[in-house]
Amino acid sequence: MQKITSFAKTHETIIQLVIITLIVFLAMSWASPRFLRYYNFESLAFIAPELGIISIAMMIAMLTGGIDLSVVGIANLSGILAGVFFLKVMPATPDASLAYAAIRLTLAVLIAMSTGLLAGTLNGLLISRLKITPILATLGTGQLFTGFAVVLTGGPAIVGFPPGWGFIGNGKLLGVPLPLLIFIVVALLIAFMLSRTSFGVKLMLIGTNPKAAVFAGLRNARMILFSYMLSGVLASMAGILLSGRTNAAKSDYGTSYLLQAVLVAVLGGTNPAGGRGSVLGVTIAVTALMLLSSGFQILRFSNHLIDFIWGAFLIAVIALNAYRARGR
Amino acid sequence: MKRLLARSEVVIALILILAMIIIGLINPAFWNLENLFSLLRQNVVIGIMALGVLTVMISGGIDVSFPAFAVAAMYLTVRAMVGLGYEGVILPFIAATLIGLLLGLMNAFFIRTFKMIPLIVTLGTASIVRGLLNGVVGTSIVNIDRMPQSLIAFGRTVINLGGASLTVMLFIYLALAILVHLFLTRTMLGRSIYAYGGDPESASRVGFDTRKTIFVVYALAGALAGFAGLLHSSMSWLANPRDFIGLELDVIAAVVLGGASIFGGRGSVIGTLLGVFMLVMVKNSLIILGIETTWQLVAVGLIIIVATALTALRDRKKLGA
Repeated sequence: MQKITSFAKTHETIIQLVIITLIVFLAMSWASPRFLRYYNFESLAFIAPELGIISIAMMIAMLTGGIDLSVVGIANLSGILAGVFFLKVMPATPDASLAYAAIRLTLAVLIAMSTGLLAGTLNGLLISRLKITPILATLGTGQLFTGFAVVLTGGPAIVGFPPGWGFIGNGKLLGVPLPLLIFIVVALLIAFMLSRTSFGVKLMLIGTNPKAAVFAGLRNARMILFSYMLSGVLASMAGILLSGRTNAAKSDYGTSYLLQAVLVAVLGGTNPAGGRGSVLGVTIAVTALMLLSSGFQILRFSNHLIDFIWGAFLIAVIALNAYRARGR
Repeated sequence: MKRLLARSEVVIALILILAMIIIGLINPAFWNLENLFSLLRQNVVIGIMALGVLTVMISGGIDVSFPAFAVAAMYLTVRAMVGLGYEGVILPFIAATLIGLLLGLMNAFFIRTFKMIPLIVTLGTASIVRGLLNGVVGTSIVNIDRMPQSLIAFGRTVINLGGASLTVMLFIYLALAILVHLFLTRTMLGRSIYAYGGDPESASRVGFDTRKTIFVVYALAGALAGFAGLLHSSMSWLANPRDFIGLELDVIAAVVLGGASIFGGRGSVIGTLLGVFMLVMVKNSLIILGIETTWQLVAVGLIIIVATALTALRDRKKLGA
């Protein structure tokens, strides 16, 4: 019994989240019989990983007390650069062999992820070396990345990705949607990194008390730089999934993901002031919110009202957290 | 001389003059009175919103919800006027300002009660207000044929100077700027905003009612946004409920460019006026300079980054000294 109560105490956020998810699930199943169809869950398994990975990126930035407002810009720019590569640099040839297609695909993935790495490095340098506050630095770079995306595309979406790229976003492996598999691998890797490596532990320490971390001999600037690089790479992976699933890349795709990623991170128990956050929390939070929004879509709520619900949910979660903090 | 150069406003003004000379050399059309007046006209709406954002940033916070508040105040007021067949100017502007003010109070309430980072709260309230406005009230544009004639007539008021027409709205903007300047520098409440932005704990120990400070800051930002929203509608002769998307970036860029520090405690109305003018000028001069407009976002992004890097450097020097 004591074991149960101590488990409940240390995992309070997780338990609370699971309860929220169950309530959402039951309410939606009750509200619409169509909610429980297999097709609905399968389509969620294709869409949710994008938001899930962007939210993990956001959580990592929040661990050090920062925020990354450029994630959506990075995601779009990565997808667009991959598209430009497919169309202009290494176009499809009629007699293309399988090897050619494979090299093309690999290079495009590398280009997209290096875009994320470079973008994240820029964020990290601005924040850790020039000491710009994360909000303004990533607000500016986000605008910059979106700007480059507009310049590259001239406005309209880039289309014409090869089938292999589409497979990343729409394919199935052994009956399981590929985006879901990618998300699971990423989530496990990041979870391991945060809890079992010195990098992860140091990040949490910096977020909890930056001054103490300096006195403990941690090189804060370098850790912060690394965390934004990681966040950038994750954002570019979300960009790959997004452009793969829709077979297009555009400068203003997924703009609503920014608010949702902040919401998912905060709902998942991440402390925006730093020091606390977990991949498990983010994963359950993204599940709850995707169930919620698909339920409302099935109930034919307009997208505007769904935006309202996301916002209201964010404020409600903040209120709940504040209430709990007061009780302590 | 050295003390003069140490003031951010002087530095910004010098950069501004330099930029104007360069742009004028590349394309002399820049110095046309009509071009300058058109630039000033575009300062009005962004500038009034920037006065609110400046106040928020002096208090150490940030607000990304004001474009949503502005659009809500504008659209609700215009729709009400159309619905009631009301023609007038003063009452609608009071209504729009009040709507903005109430929404601003909502921000302050959440920020203060839940002790939450203003960015996250205002992201949430922006989504709530826009979602409700477009989901419940609607998304249809009130066009010029249905717009209240009184508002259009008001927005068209101009004076003729040297053969070109200058909008009278500019003087409303400048009057508001003077009022905000006096409020920030000459009243106890205004000083408390600087004190709170410098260090909330000390501000409350010195005896400032910090709760009141927060409410005043966000209410003012909301009220200015509401006013600017209706002014925009009256100057553009239509009310589009999807207007102002992404405008927060331009306004924040302008305020940062004007020397305000996001760490709080620093910033001035004069700097903000200069920052707004600089931003509008750069964005508009891209066309004059023969650069494609697709580069606008890149330009604004670079402005935010460079300006914040410079203020961060300045603040660090000050702290070190």
